[in-house]
Amino acid sequence: MFGVVKQKMLRLSLTQIRPAVSALRSYSSAAKQMTVREALNSALDEEMSADPKVFLMGEEVGEYQGAYKISKGLLEKYGPERVLDTPITEAGFAGIGVGAAYYGLKPVVEFMTFNFSMQAIDHIINSAAKSNYMSAGQMSVPIVFRGPNGAAAGVGAQHSQCYASWYASCPGLKVLMPYSSEDARGLLKAAIRDPDPVVFLENELLYGESFPVSDEFLDSSFCLPIGKAKIERVGKDVTITAFSKMVGHALKAAEILEKDGIDAEVINLRSIRPLDRSTISASIRKTNRLITVEEGFPQHGVGAEICASVVEESFAYLDAPVERIAGADVPMPYAANLERMAVPQVEDIVRAAKRACYRSEPLAAVA
Amino acid sequence: MAFSAPTANFTPLNTPFLRSHDNTLVSSLSPSPFFGSTAKLRLSSSPNFNLHRRSGSVVAVSEAVKEKKFKSTRNLLITKEEGLELYEDMVLGRAFEDMCAQMYYRGKMFGFVHLYNGQEAVSTGFIKLLKLQDSVVSTYRDHVHALSKGVPARAVMSELFGKTTGCCRGQGGSMHMFSREHNLLGGFAFIGEGIPVATGAAFTSKYKREVLKEADCDHVTLAFFGDGTCNNGQFFECLNMAALWKLPIVFVVENNLWAIGMSHLRSTSDPQIYKKGPAFGMPGVHVDGMDVLKVREVAKDAIARARRGEGPTLVECETYRFRGHSLADPDELRDPDEKARYAMRDPIAALKKYIIENNLASEAELKAIDKKIDEVVEDAVEFADESPVPPRSQLLENVFADPKGFGIGPDGRYRCEDPKFTQGTAHV
Repeated sequence: MFGVVKQKMLRLSLTQIRPAVSALRSYSSAAKQMTVREALNSALDEEMSADPKVFLMGEEVGEYQGAYKISKGLLEKYGPERVLDTPITEAGFAGIGVGAAYYGLKPVVEFMTFNFSMQAIDHIINSAAKSNYMSAGQMSVPIVFRGPNGAAAGVGAQHSQCYASWYASCPGLKVLMPYSSEDARGLLKAAIRDPDPVVFLENELLYGESFPVSDEFLDSSFCLPIGKAKIERVGKDVTITAFSKMVGHALKAAEILEKDGIDAEVINLRSIRPLDRSTISASIRKTNRLITVEEGFPQHGVGAEICASVVEESFAYLDAPVERIAGADVPMPYAANLERMAVPQVEDIVRAAKRACYRSEPLAAVA
Repeated sequence: MAFSAPTANFTPLNTPFLRSHDNTLVSSLSPSPFFGSTAKLRLSSSPNFNLHRRSGSVVAVSEAVKEKKFKSTRNLLITKEEGLELYEDMVLGRAFEDMCAQMYYRGKMFGFVHLYNGQEAVSTGFIKLLKLQDSVVSTYRDHVHALSKGVPARAVMSELFGKTTGCCRGQGGSMHMFSREHNLLGGFAFIGEGIPVATGAAFTSKYKREVLKEADCDHVTLAFFGDGTCNNGQFFECLNMAALWKLPIVFVVENNLWAIGMSHLRSTSDPQIYKKGPAFGMPGVHVDGMDVLKVREVAKDAIARARRGEGPTLVECETYRFRGHSLADPDELRDPDEKARYAMRDPIAALKKYIIENNLASEAELKAIDKKIDEVVEDAVEFADESPVPPRSQLLENVFADPKGFGIGPDGRYRCEDPKFTQGTAHV
């Protein structure tokens, strides 16, 4: 399928790897749709074929075709030496990936979910993130740790945590969280090519969702810049920052708000570390109101960081206190109705936006 | 008696199954169940080699009788040049560590410093057999591994002083020695952390040969770690994967019987660490780590095995650290008798005795080496003293290989492109 499409697409030079946001808009033809799963698979496929040093390692990535079918077909194409089924040893194989990366191979380490990365977190932080610094530049670690993150459907407390803020607080790591297929493909390619350790947090519920894709997106050198957020919807009344699944919720909330006369600007952060503070700041200076939306726990979360950052840089421009919408401050419950209450819903975002716009009294601390 | 005598702690090793294998090893091709691996250890047919095998591995913790029987063949173990090289390396390790202690108490060195006194035979015995491209992964007790691998004493001392001329420009410190040039991959503070990294380096060597088709890539990796680490999950995970994928790695256990104040016997259900190798399908060898020649013999086999592509080996070296766990450790829990017993087995004194008794070199030549090393260490201290501390701009350097990782600044350009970027402090 990809072969046919490639014949049709535009040939872009490498200098256009970082197109401006508006240029991207102008290329999208909305004719093709691709799921996030296919986007990730195509990114892995192309990067592995372009560079023989890239290899994939993780549980069930080979013969099972990937626990969530992200690595479908890769074993047949590249063989068992480059698509490695590992035993259930996160600490061991994460460390093996780091050791291989020290020597210039480019491992992509898959965690079945990022909850399991806690078993390997010593290697992600201590031997991957900190190595370039500790060795004064001698050991760079071009590794990508990827896998689904955050809440899925009914999987319980130990399988539902969002690790964005944990990894984003550590210097030496880059943390990326895609939303659409375009994000997934562009950011994964950028992550694999990047010489530093990247934590690539996907979302299981997004894997099956389809998004329109442009012709430029299908080019094998398509890459998105790390550290730049995307303004998904331009507005002027209130800024809503979100990432991963919550971007979809924020866009739906924006549609509802539009009917009430509130024009919301939705920013898809894409990159949690480094955080694109300048885009957020510019947006605040335009709208004067901010809502941050995230799925993870509220305390010490990404929203807390954005709030502090905005207060430091653009306090005088704020017309209302910054509100953060986050998951409930409890381990994820199992019952379906409780789970719905523990994760931000579209109505929560709408309510918060209205509070920010019409408020005259102090903030109520309910997400 | 300078060469090894089994200590009370190790009488279990003189078990029947050990002795029965003395004979099978000489008949080279039968796989020894002692090693547990189904892969046959290919021994050359030369008689000298067989004798070396015997003196190396099985009889490592041997009775005195066997020692005397092989003494006459020991002359073949090393040449004069090799002997002097080993001696110099061990003396460098000892002198350097002693100087570290002095400098620490004078306040020039700070933080956590872990000294290697007494264990030099392991480092020298193994690392002096490696090529430059082979890699070594160590723990926090890594000064001597760095020196044996070829990192200049000046660079190590400056790193310990926290100066910008150190091997990691002062950013790593005592526990994080890295050298790309000498393939020293650290330097890890968490025990067991280096083992998967070493396994990954071995994986790369195999990958380069088989996938990237660099046919002559036969680099071997050595992972050094202690007895305490052998109870950690990562150790077992890596034994499994290294044996599963037949990686060119040697796992070297420096069993000095103590993990800070925790005795190995109090913390381990089965204290014979070498037995854990066969459980995962690789040979497990025990060797007297106070005797550099024995260590060297075992190391030769293990490294050759890995280079041939036959997979990993687990080598347990019985050794001892003469000082405490670190310079902050009062070292009160260890029995003074035990310390005295091991002090008598000082590896440097043993090698010196061997060299002189076998007329490989004269006392004067060895003294000349001692003097030369003293000068090297003094020079290293002077160099480190005179080196500058890191400039303020170094604080933010090397966090990322790609400095754009600091993100976009308020003016919309990458932060690292701002000329004032490296003048900042913690407030990036």
